[in-house]
Amino acid sequence: MSPKGLNTVLNVKLRRELWQMRGQVLAIALVIAGGVGVCVMSLVNYSSLLATRAQYYEQHEFAEVFAPVKRAPRHTLKDTAALPGIARYEGRVEGAAKLEIPGFPDPVSARLVSVPPEGQPDVNRLFIRQGRLPAAGRSQEIAVIGSFAEAHELVLGDQFEAIINGRRQALTITGIVESPEFIYVIPPGGMLPDYQRYGVLWMNRESLESAMDMRGAFNSLVVTLKPGHSAASVIDALDRLLARYGATGAFGRDDQFSHRFLSDELNQLKTMATVFPLIFMSVAMFLLNVVIGRLISTQRDIVAVLKAFGYSNRQIAWHYSKLVIVIAVIGLLAGLGLGLWLGRSLGELYMDYYRFPGLLFRIDPAWVVLLGLMTIVVAWLGAWRAIRQAAALPPAEAMRPEGPARYRVTIVEKLLSGIRFAQPSRMIVRQLSRRPVRTLLSMTGVAMATAIVMVGNFQFDSVSLMVHTQFARVQQQDLSATFIDPVNSAALFGLQRQAGIRYVEGRRSVPARLVSGHREWRSAVTGIPSEARLQFVIDSDLQPVPLPREGLLLTDFLADELGVGPGDVLQLELLEGDRRTVMVPVAGITSEFLGVGAYMDLDALNRALGDGPLINQALINLDPDKASEVYNSLRETPGVLGLSIRQAMLDSFYDTLARTFLTFTFFNSLMGGIIAFGVVYNMIRISLAEKGRELASLRVLGYTQNEVAYILLGEVALLLFLGIPLGWLIGQGLALMIVTAMQTELYRVPLTITSQTLGMSALVVVVSAIASGVIAWWRLKRLDLVAVLKTRE
Amino acid sequence: MEPLQASTTGSAVFQTRGLTKTYDQGEVQVHALRGVDLDLYGGELVVMLGASGSGKSTLLNILGGLDVPSTGEVRYRDFDLSTAGDRELTRYRREHVGFVFQFYNLIPSLTARENVAAVTEIATNPMTPEEALELVGLKSRIDHFPAQLSGGEQQRVAIARAIAKRPDVLLCDEPTGALDSATGVLVLEALDKANRETGTTTVIITHNASIAGMADRVITLSDGNISGERLNERRQDPRTLSW
Repeated sequence: MSPKGLNTVLNVKLRRELWQMRGQVLAIALVIAGGVGVCVMSLVNYSSLLATRAQYYEQHEFAEVFAPVKRAPRHTLKDTAALPGIARYEGRVEGAAKLEIPGFPDPVSARLVSVPPEGQPDVNRLFIRQGRLPAAGRSQEIAVIGSFAEAHELVLGDQFEAIINGRRQALTITGIVESPEFIYVIPPGGMLPDYQRYGVLWMNRESLESAMDMRGAFNSLVVTLKPGHSAASVIDALDRLLARYGATGAFGRDDQFSHRFLSDELNQLKTMATVFPLIFMSVAMFLLNVVIGRLISTQRDIVAVLKAFGYSNRQIAWHYSKLVIVIAVIGLLAGLGLGLWLGRSLGELYMDYYRFPGLLFRIDPAWVVLLGLMTIVVAWLGAWRAIRQAAALPPAEAMRPEGPARYRVTIVEKLLSGIRFAQPSRMIVRQLSRRPVRTLLSMTGVAMATAIVMVGNFQFDSVSLMVHTQFARVQQQDLSATFIDPVNSAALFGLQRQAGIRYVEGRRSVPARLVSGHREWRSAVTGIPSEARLQFVIDSDLQPVPLPREGLLLTDFLADELGVGPGDVLQLELLEGDRRTVMVPVAGITSEFLGVGAYMDLDALNRALGDGPLINQALINLDPDKASEVYNSLRETPGVLGLSIRQAMLDSFYDTLARTFLTFTFFNSLMGGIIAFGVVYNMIRISLAEKGRELASLRVLGYTQNEVAYILLGEVALLLFLGIPLGWLIGQGLALMIVTAMQTELYRVPLTITSQTLGMSALVVVVSAIASGVIAWWRLKRLDLVAVLKTRE
Repeated sequence: MEPLQASTTGSAVFQTRGLTKTYDQGEVQVHALRGVDLDLYGGELVVMLGASGSGKSTLLNILGGLDVPSTGEVRYRDFDLSTAGDRELTRYRREHVGFVFQFYNLIPSLTARENVAAVTEIATNPMTPEEALELVGLKSRIDHFPAQLSGGEQQRVAIARAIAKRPDVLLCDEPTGALDSATGVLVLEALDKANRETGTTTVIITHNASIAGMADRVITLSDGNISGERLNERRQDPRTLSW
């Protein structure tokens, strides 16, 4: 910049021109802001959640290895402490309870975890929101997890009854707490959180020991590691040490449910932080290219005069670069503001979802600087062609007006020679075909806008399909009851006789480790009776897959993880009973959207375990009128660990879905609308600037405003007509990309795009176009017929 | 001043009385017309002379229904142009007026034939584009785009476009202003021929006094007033003109 600083003539010119073009400047800046905003929002969420989690884990000593056992005497803990690599450890008692919350008729179950008599455990320390931990010797005192307390509006001192290990017990809340172990809480067998029907309770160890008949023993060991020690060696050592106490296999954080889910979610955020800004930025680049190009071509004479006065090519290029940079910076600042605001709002949404003590609001300044630089460079690259043209224009040539535009008869007209085109229609077709690159870019802009809206909406369709499939095709039971210990399948006859129960079917689920070569996966094997009527295994066409008499059916996701296909043999380590290891062939691959499963014939599973006809789950169809009677009687049945109700799962799922997905959908539609408006508004303004003279001439020749508007808006309509279907294609591609990137163990969202989504995306774009069209109409009305005839273009 | 009347008379097509036009140009008021009384008659060819700023373009714009006067009256036959709204003026232009502009104002994306068709398509009783182009001697260039035509040829296409709808009046604003003398003569020939063969009242405004010889009547404007008016006894053949 020259010594005169901001008030050089060129800078004054720049400021005035920016003001004159403020509509277009704003439209482009909005698109940039959209891209930057989504990027900042995702980065903020990602960094904040990452930092929050890291801090939470560290401060609350989140365990690194988890070792469940059937029952181990507490004195073995000393041996544990002696193992190399273990920093801290905690032997705890865990259990399950059925709760009766006053005023809430549905079955509620809970996980019970012990806290040591001295208060905070050494590992998985609790964050106390309110009150205090249950005191030693007070068997009725409990602390409840915050999500459960909020769902039932429980406060300190509230009481409810619980059935623990078959015994009814009154409980009093002394504390409301959070735990790094339960940031994400999902009921066993469930797919998504259900804060009303599933909670976590902490109870004094002695009390829980006696309630669970576990005096002097523990059934869950959690440890943290010394720096430099691998989890794998500690897992091996613990498995050896605890094998004779009924260990079901220790596992690391990667297999811990809450941690795993959170990691998946963070990865999805990372995807969002890259895919969406990419789309927005490419559209902004295109807009800058077109708008700056047009501006410079109307300023040919000015460029010539400046050059004649001795301004260098470099100065001219810098002058127009500044224009671009100013627009980019406006977009950048707006985007930062928007992104921080959205990030904060979404952060609060996440706080409902994940139980963090508080959210650390973080964004790495280096990222912001990098993003800012990228935005400016990308914007400048978009305008580069036009800037270079202006700088390279020889002054004498620049002084002459641009030659008359060359047109040709288009291929379309030749192909459609049978149709008599009215002249205005001819003008539209020829205008578009004269600048094929620009037409293509405009079409792409429209397409991108359509695609963005689609991407926002399709997720809802896909998730709905996923849930519908799961609950209407896969799980047809109204209710499932889980037993504490496996029972003889003869128990089903007893259930079948109960009033209100129409049909019962048993299953058995056994924790297991599936191993293929060096790959392994910790999961459960589900044994399904050969004539199952309530729960099916389905293939990718959503058709039930017949259960093989021998061998396993694996979910495709799991088969990929293990690198196996039908015919391969897996090593199946059953983590129950006498922990047998058997070799089982993979009989087939199934395709489920939710969860990961391994299925086999119930009898085959029991044979593999060396057991008789045992089951540990009952799937039940109910008489809806007698539902609450069935709930009550099952709650009182001693062997029943918990109940899950299909309708409740569905409701809670849609509740969650509505809050999170609809928020995203709204943001995406908003962004798509902004892009559509930016693209179409600029398209119309450029067209109007270029064709103003032609249109005014036609007005003088007696064309009405409607007839002239047809020429201008007809072009836009044609671009929409071509661009929207292209957008549908691009949107489908993006959707596929997102679906693939977001495949997790918990769910694989199927790609489905409904006509409603297609319509919605088209509608958003068309409405934006109409808004731009109204502005254009208003400008056409003010077209100065006299002035335009006097000047040569 | 009593209006002069040319020998090729019909009835008065246009009548203006006390016509004024004032523009606000920033903070300055520009008096473009200061009380013009004028009659134009059917079939005559009028050349309106004047320096730039004399008000001749303003007068033409008002006659053509592109602009309305500040005060005074202007009538096209029974139609009061001074009080008409945008919709009526558009219809007036569409049905009665042909325009020829200094810079041709052809639509670059349409061929010569299609440029003419752009007007005939919205007219009630037009010639065919081919007839109109033949009248201006351009039948051979009928499928050429403006970019493929010389300036003179483009202007003749513009004349064909203006006369194709058989307008009642043909208004030409500096039709030779952007052309050299030899090409300009070709354009004037086309206007002369069109006037003779279609009997359309034709007004040519120009600052070029050499053109005056081809008119039935010559009106001179200066400072927003009619400062002179004369009848030519005989219309000169445009081919004899040069400048």
